[in-house]
Amino acid sequence: MSTFTRFGGTERYLTNESLEAAVNAALALERPLLVRGEPGTGKTLLAEAVAETLSTRLIAWNVKSTTRAQDGLYVYDTVQRLYDSRFGDGDIRDIRHYIKLGPLGTAVGAPERVVLLIDEIDKADLEFPNDLLHELDRMRFTILETGDEIVAKQRPVVIITSNNEKELPDAFLRRCVFHFIDFPDRDFMRRVVGVHHPDLDDALVEQTLQAFFQLRTTRGLRKRPSTSELIDWIAVLKKAGVAEVKLDRALPFLGTLLKKEQDVALYADQLAGGKKYRS
Amino acid sequence: MFIEFLYELRKNKVPVGMQEAVALARALSIGLHDSSLEGFYFLARSILIHRESHLDPFDVAFAAHFRGVHADAKTIADELLSWLKDPAERPKLTDEERALLESLDLEELQRRFDQRLMEQRERHDGGNRWIGTGGTSPFGRGGVNPRGLRVGDFSGGRSAVKTADARAYQGYRSDVVLDVRQIELALRRLRAFAREGSDRELDLEETIDRTAKNAGELEIVTRPPRRPNTRVILMMDVGGSMDPYADMMSQLFTAAKRSTHWKELRIYYFHNCVYGQVYPTERFHDPVRVTDLVAECGRHYKLVMVGDALMAAWELLGAPTLAASEDAASGVAWLLYLREHYDRAVWLNPEPPRAWPGSTIETIASIFPMYELTLDGLSDAVGELVLGSRR
Repeated sequence: MSTFTRFGGTERYLTNESLEAAVNAALALERPLLVRGEPGTGKTLLAEAVAETLSTRLIAWNVKSTTRAQDGLYVYDTVQRLYDSRFGDGDIRDIRHYIKLGPLGTAVGAPERVVLLIDEIDKADLEFPNDLLHELDRMRFTILETGDEIVAKQRPVVIITSNNEKELPDAFLRRCVFHFIDFPDRDFMRRVVGVHHPDLDDALVEQTLQAFFQLRTTRGLRKRPSTSELIDWIAVLKKAGVAEVKLDRALPFLGTLLKKEQDVALYADQLAGGKKYRS
Repeated sequence: MFIEFLYELRKNKVPVGMQEAVALARALSIGLHDSSLEGFYFLARSILIHRESHLDPFDVAFAAHFRGVHADAKTIADELLSWLKDPAERPKLTDEERALLESLDLEELQRRFDQRLMEQRERHDGGNRWIGTGGTSPFGRGGVNPRGLRVGDFSGGRSAVKTADARAYQGYRSDVVLDVRQIELALRRLRAFAREGSDRELDLEETIDRTAKNAGELEIVTRPPRRPNTRVILMMDVGGSMDPYADMMSQLFTAAKRSTHWKELRIYYFHNCVYGQVYPTERFHDPVRVTDLVAECGRHYKLVMVGDALMAAWELLGAPTLAASEDAASGVAWLLYLREHYDRAVWLNPEPPRAWPGSTIETIASIFPMYELTLDGLSDAVGELVLGSRR
């Protein structure tokens, strides 16, 4: 039986029981934590919060559509070596100079326990998660060009986020502890706003929340505003010195909440259909 | 102790296995659940399930196993009855729907309700039989009955079983809802790439190889870029018995249209069954002869048929009198003709599989690999199109 630091959120990052249970399970079982949920619910921030709790450093790997699993381990910079061989800089005989560890490689090779964030894993190709299976399981890999084996001294804490753009393979899912971040309800959102804007007037908080949740329930929105948009919006309101938000008028700085042209048009239509503007 | 719970989950189609069981046992031995049922609920949920579509079946299984939601069956039944007795509270229904609702005798409805509750207790098979998830059940939220009866909706309180009872994740069940984006994602797997066109991309590996062979003298090698190479023909049944599924069809249509990773997408419409001609528009203008279509689109096209495949036997087996004489053949002959021509073809059916046996659907399912038009069915169908498991 081992003891470990329990995760309970940080000052800036609020959690609930289910999220804490998932994080602690992942820490105790030494398995990757897979976090899914709507964009803007703080999936990426979770990794920062965990790193802060464990007081260790965070290594972020932002996955793109072109990212390959191999890139995460190491890259053998052949072009640089070729260049050096032609123009005579550097020691071209030692391949090690041209091996650059990727984020996963760095995390495995780190002397201390670090937090590795694999952000938006679903952006990459369908095969990507499968290619990572072995390395995530064993936390060791071999650099083929030199024959060096890199073995983790302390298994890194791996946090993986996904926006659900692609289904992840079952074999991969089975190895992960899973958590789905719910969209916060009103009370939780009030606390979140309180953390980010502690000095905000209570009445304004209520008004913004009211406007925000009403906007979210608007039917047919393509991209519903999320937590991060609300936080930004309040920041803008504060900067501009807006002291009151009225629901039956056009919301100020709507652009921070709605990011798509169609959504803004839809909102305008609805507003015009309201009783205030009916002639 | 919790082994039975795992079997309960498996009954609810949540695939848990050894790996999950061992992990959960380990977590429990460390004491991660804080010796509380609520802690156990969150812990088990994070370890045992791996996708949000399983959240709801998990809640169902948890509630059934750790208390049995049936304790509240009486309240639910009362609630249901009072709702039915009070027409003012009914949501806006069309005349047709109201007629349908009124055609159900109250007593009969209650009897069926009770009976289904009994079944649920015995079988726990989740899915669309459970009162509350609806589908085609007359009891439930969401489904054929608009708005539905908000059965099993508890408020307040946060004990684990209550949390499970609340079933907040119903919307994420993959066997119930289809939305455009989810369809798009399912369809995305159909993509395939091929290198075609002019040499516009630097082939780094090859450049290095050649340069090395060339004693370090740089030699650039280029290659054509990767391009999507999937061609799809989508044939949709419209009108008549397909009208109730119009929404679902338009979602599928939108998703297919939006998919940019196909080289070509052809959409045709037919009514009931394919007889010699299909139509590029929903209004059945400008017919295209199937023989011409087959001549134009080779066997490498992937054929996706969408329809309820439900018709009178003569519509399938007899030849329509309206068709041009040279194309006069029975519907089933035309379907066979299409199936023979294309290497990969599937039929998507919005009717639930339990309605398939003993109708024309069964006949057509023997020609085309048939899948239900749900997210699960769609991904199976896409798998069939990619791999071609049968035939």
